[in-house]
Amino acid sequence: MSAGKTTADHPFAARKSLNQFNNKLFTTVVWVVGICTVIFIIALLFLILEKGLPKLDWGFLYGEPSEIEEGGGVGPLLFNSFYVLIISLLISIPLGMASGIYLAEFAPANKFIGFIRICVEGLASVPSIIFGLFGIVLFVESLDMGLTILGAAVSLAFLNLPVLTRVTEEAIRAVPQEMKSASFALGSTHLQTIRRVLIPVALNGIITGICLVAGRAFGESAVIILTGGVTSSGVMWDFNPLSPGATLAVHLWYVQSEAIVPDAQLIAEKSAAVLVFIVLLINIVFRVPLWINSRKMR
Amino acid sequence: MVMSMMEVPNSGTVYSSEELGRSLESSSGKTFGRRARLAFYNRTFKIVCIASAVFVCLILFSILFLMGRTGILTFETVSLKTFFFSTDWVPENEQYGAFVFIFGTIALTLLTMLISVPLSLLIAIFLSEMTPAWLKNALRPVLDLLVGIPSVVYGFLGLTILIPMLRSLTGTSLGDGILAAGIVLTIMVLPTISRITDDSIVAVPKKFRDASYALGSTRFQTIVRVVIPAARSGIMYAVILGMARAIGETMAVVMVIGNTPQLADALFKPTSVLTSNIVMQIPNVPFDSTWNYALYMMGFILLLISLIMIIAVRLIQGKGVKQ
Repeated sequence: MSAGKTTADHPFAARKSLNQFNNKLFTTVVWVVGICTVIFIIALLFLILEKGLPKLDWGFLYGEPSEIEEGGGVGPLLFNSFYVLIISLLISIPLGMASGIYLAEFAPANKFIGFIRICVEGLASVPSIIFGLFGIVLFVESLDMGLTILGAAVSLAFLNLPVLTRVTEEAIRAVPQEMKSASFALGSTHLQTIRRVLIPVALNGIITGICLVAGRAFGESAVIILTGGVTSSGVMWDFNPLSPGATLAVHLWYVQSEAIVPDAQLIAEKSAAVLVFIVLLINIVFRVPLWINSRKMR
Repeated sequence: MVMSMMEVPNSGTVYSSEELGRSLESSSGKTFGRRARLAFYNRTFKIVCIASAVFVCLILFSILFLMGRTGILTFETVSLKTFFFSTDWVPENEQYGAFVFIFGTIALTLLTMLISVPLSLLIAIFLSEMTPAWLKNALRPVLDLLVGIPSVVYGFLGLTILIPMLRSLTGTSLGDGILAAGIVLTIMVLPTISRITDDSIVAVPKKFRDASYALGSTRFQTIVRVVIPAARSGIMYAVILGMARAIGETMAVVMVIGNTPQLADALFKPTSVLTSNIVMQIPNVPFDSTWNYALYMMGFILLLISLIMIIAVRLIQGKGVKQ
């Protein structure tokens, strides 16, 4: 105590002030970076939405695209986006959930399962363009279908499959063991336990995962360019799965880099705003009820 | 009729007591039938699950097989040495040197990591150690949302905002190149890396921090000497995932990199990477040509790189568990 009173004699005085200085500097740097990030994120979202959303009208959302003249819409492309998304989810959700349930519930802890798990993780990290190349070999070359909505949707489903598998597995693993034991104690079979206990409890995580995947599929473009092409059939409500399958994300790239329409920049701005708006919407609409639900439960 | 009574209810519907009683009665009358049926469902379900898990693996292997088989045809006409070390990519002239693209991918990834890792580490520390709770709860979902923004949108922003900005900053007419692509990629991988790092920092037990503070450390010392080393394996995992994303990203890169097959030896020089070259050229190339095979070989290289990274992640996680 007595030595601490005269700071000049304090043997660690220099170190201490240096440490304090470092600490303050570090805190400042982290705060500056953090606040810059917040501002940047807000500016980014604002920039995308502000440029396109005010100029939107039904004619653009519903209209047919034009190759040469000004004022083309994105109707068929927007429709294709949803159509491809729904087909791909219809394929990938059952398959992904089933394999996720298998890995979480049935799989014994042996080498083979470890191998399957590595496969799933490996597939999850495969770049999206590889799925596009795979789609070309499978649909365009082997089955000779050309560039179609169906090919694009199946390739997208393959892209999403591993992510869904992992999300389901993790969500089901996170269910407390007591709930499972209670269900078994009531005499349920494994299937009943999974259906009535595990999936309802894990639903929050699974739906978050599906949102993530749906947003990713909605904005994915590399796969679609290779398997669905850069054009659409050009008319609204074309449910034929074998017609060309360009989506809104592809169109954004196409008008910006290859098209010759005079208002390409405007179309691109509006498309970008629509894309981001829908991705945000998918996330918010599905997540908010879950969020409220989890708050109530607490 | 009896069968329908014994149907397993397929949702959480509440049965009236009368209905429940009858269902119990009928099932207790024929315990064997019900049990056998449930066991059958159970078994079928398990088989369906196994089949889909195997299907996922099958996709990976058919991708590996088809890409490899198509890619290997390149070497019927092009020598290994030319493909991997020649910088001349003039397919019209039968010159297939992919070194430019391989080098471009490596350089772009390193540049992206150089910018994004320190930044996202700081963001993660900000999120996990310094912000008040309300800001954390607001920021984390927003960062998660950013992951979902389509890559073309990032590319479009890069093309319309970043490149003109770089042009006016440097005062030249050049904007596209690996610096522009690196900045766009940084923005794309930042949420991924910082959120995973954030999670792994939060997972460090509080007692570590308490012990460090009790020894008289400042917050800076605690974070740098205790928290970050303890969260090391999670941070490595985040970095590798971010790297995998940067290597495989296509559309955002295509829009800002310039798409010219020349070596990326300067920051502002239009160049090309594996992904951008594949997506720009493959729609115009006949399937049975060396050009196409070479593009598939480039895809195969990408595939191998990403698989190697996943094995690296596995090894790191294995170490993390042992700790």
